[in-house]
Amino acid sequence: MAQVTLRKVVKMYDEVEAVSAIDLDIADKEFVVLVGPSGCGKSTTLRMIAGLEEISAGEIAVDGEVVNDVPPKDRDMAMVFQNYALYPHMTVYQNMSFGLRLKSYPKAEIESRVQEAARILDIKDLLERKPRQLSGGQRQRVAMGRAIVRNPKVFLFDEPLSNLDAKLRVQMRTEIKRVHQKVRTTTVYVTHDQVEAMTLADRVVVMNKGRIEQIGAPNYLYHSPATRFVAGFIGSPAMNFIPCRLEQAGEGLNIRLSDTIAFAVPAERVPRYKPSAGKELTFGIRPEHLTEAKTNGSKNLATFDAGVEVVEPMGNETMVFIRINGAEVCCRTDPNCGAKVGAAMKLAAHLDHMHLIDNASGRVL
Amino acid sequence: MTSASVSIDRGAPTRPRYGSMSRDRRWALRWSYFFLVLFAVFFLTPPLYMLITSLKTSAEISAATNPWWVYHPTLSNYIELLTSNMYLTFFRNSAIVSVFVVCITMLISVPAAFALARMRFWGSAVLATGVFLTYLVPDSLLFIPLFKMFAVFNEWTGIQLINKWWVLLVVYPTLTVPFATWIMIGYFASIPKELDEAALMDGANYRQILLKIFIPVALPGLIAATIFAFTVSWAQFLYPLAFTTSPDQLVLPVGIITTLIKGDVYNWGQIMTGALLGAAPPLIIYAFLMDYYIAGLTAGATKG
Repeated sequence: MAQVTLRKVVKMYDEVEAVSAIDLDIADKEFVVLVGPSGCGKSTTLRMIAGLEEISAGEIAVDGEVVNDVPPKDRDMAMVFQNYALYPHMTVYQNMSFGLRLKSYPKAEIESRVQEAARILDIKDLLERKPRQLSGGQRQRVAMGRAIVRNPKVFLFDEPLSNLDAKLRVQMRTEIKRVHQKVRTTTVYVTHDQVEAMTLADRVVVMNKGRIEQIGAPNYLYHSPATRFVAGFIGSPAMNFIPCRLEQAGEGLNIRLSDTIAFAVPAERVPRYKPSAGKELTFGIRPEHLTEAKTNGSKNLATFDAGVEVVEPMGNETMVFIRINGAEVCCRTDPNCGAKVGAAMKLAAHLDHMHLIDNASGRVL
Repeated sequence: MTSASVSIDRGAPTRPRYGSMSRDRRWALRWSYFFLVLFAVFFLTPPLYMLITSLKTSAEISAATNPWWVYHPTLSNYIELLTSNMYLTFFRNSAIVSVFVVCITMLISVPAAFALARMRFWGSAVLATGVFLTYLVPDSLLFIPLFKMFAVFNEWTGIQLINKWWVLLVVYPTLTVPFATWIMIGYFASIPKELDEAALMDGANYRQILLKIFIPVALPGLIAATIFAFTVSWAQFLYPLAFTTSPDQLVLPVGIITTLIKGDVYNWGQIMTGALLGAAPPLIIYAFLMDYYIAGLTAGATKG
C-alpha cells in the first residue's frame, strides 16, 4: 500500500541538469515504467526515489509523507539492480534474508518468507548455493527474491534485464509481470527498451533529456503520442516521418508529401489542422498503416504509387522500403503482395492513424 | 619434434604458421622456468647457508673446511638458544609487538580505507594520496625526530617513552598503517558500488556494510594487509635499535645482534640459528594464508 509522488523534482550535477522539474504520481499497486534513451535521467529519477541520490530541488513523497531527507534504509523500498548486486560471500538464502536479519526478524518468520519468495520465483533448489554458482537468469531471480522477502512498500527495478541474453530477457519479462500480479506491490521500473516498457507497464513514462515527454497507458502512447520523440521512440519498426506541406484545398486540406503524392485530410480532422494550413510539417505514420492497396478499401484510405527499394521478408509479413520526399519509408505488407525490388507498387496509407507534427515544437497536432 | 616443425617453417616462410601459439607458449615456458630456477637459487642459497652454519660448532665454523658441508653436525646452537632466557624474551617481545601492531594497524586502516574509498567527503581523494605519501618517508629519516619528540614528551610530562618495548606499538603503525590503508582502499574500491547500495536498500548502516559486506568480500586484501603489517613489524630493525636498549626490552632482530656479537667476537653459529628460528613465524603465516590470499572471492557478485 503505497503511492509515490514526485513534485518538481530536479537533479543537478554541478552545472548540468540531469532531471528537470519532474512531476509524477504513481498510484498504489501500479506498475510504472520509466523509459527513454541513455542519459535521459530515468535511472537518476529512480535512484532519487530510492534515496541513493539526493534531490537538488522539489519533493518526493510516499503516501503523502515527504521523504526527501529520509535515508534509503528507512524508506521501505527494495531495489533490483542491473548487475544483480548479490552479496558474493553469502548463500542465496543468506542473500535473501539479509534485510530481514538486519531488522532482527524472528527466525521462523524469515524462514517462511524466504521459502515463500523462493516458491514464487521457483528457486527453492538454489537456496544453499553461492551467487557464483548461478547463471545470469538465476541471479536475477535471487535479486528479485531479495526484494520480495522484504515485503516493501515499493519495488524499484533499474534495468534488471539488460544483462541477460535476448531469449532469457523475454522469459524474465513475463516472470516479472507474473510476480507483480501475485504480490501487487507498487513498482517503478526503469528500462531503455520500449518493448519491455510496453509489455510490463500499467503506465509508461517516456523521458528525454531530463524531462517527461508523455505519461500514459502503453496503447494510448502508441496510438496517440504527444510529441515526435514519443512517436519515434515507441513502436518497432519505428514510425515513418516524411516532410510535408499542409495545403488549403477549398473547404478541406491537402497533405502534400511530394510533387506526385498528396492526400486529402480526413474531414473530421480538418478543424484540428486548419490553423496550421500553409505550414511545412512532418507527416508521421506507422509501418502497419502503410500497406499494399487492397480492393476492399476501407474509409480514409489514400492510395499512391512508389518504387520499391528494399524488400525484407519476415515470414508473417514483408517489410517494403520506399522513398518519399527524401525520407526512407517502411511499409508492412502482406507476404503474398508480390513486392519486387525496382518495380513500382501500389500502396495505401490509412489516414485514420496518421499524425502531423509541428517541426518547431516537435508536438503532434 | 618441436625443432623439426620450427625448421620447416623457417625454410618456407610463406606457409601459414599453424600452431604458432603453442610454440610461443613453449618458449615462454622455457624462459619462465629458466628465470624461476635462477631466482630460486639466488634466494634459497642464504637460508641454506644459514642452516648449514647453524648445525656446526664454533670450532668447525672457523676451521678451513668446506663451508657447504657439515662434518660433525650438532644441535648445540639450537639447544643453547632455546634454553637461554634472553633469546626467549626477545622472541616473546617480538611476538607481542607484532601481534599488537597487526591488530592496531587493521583497526585503524580498515575503517580509514572504507571511509576514503566509499564515503565521498571533501578532500577524501587528497587524503587518500596523502596517506600513501607518508609511507614514502623512510624510517631512517624519521627515527631522529621521533627520538627528539619522545625526549620533549618526557620533559613535559615526566613519562619515559625511551627503552620501553610498548612504545614500538606507537611507532610501528607509522610504517604499517599508511601502506595497509592503501592496499585496503584498492580492494574496497574494486567492490561494485551496487553492492553497498543494495545493502543500503536492505537497511544496513555504514558500520554494517563494512562488517557484513566489505570485510568478508575484501578478505584477500585484508589478509594481504595483515601479512604485510606482520612482516614489517617482525623484521623492523632501526626503530627498536634506536628506542630500546636494555636486554629485557629488545625484540628479536636487535636482540640477536646486540647479545650474540660481543665486541669483535661473532658467535656465528648462534647468530645463524637465531635468525633461522626468527624467520619461521612469517614463513608459517605465509604458508597458511597463501590460499586465501590467492582466492578470488568477488567472483559472482555482479555480472562477471
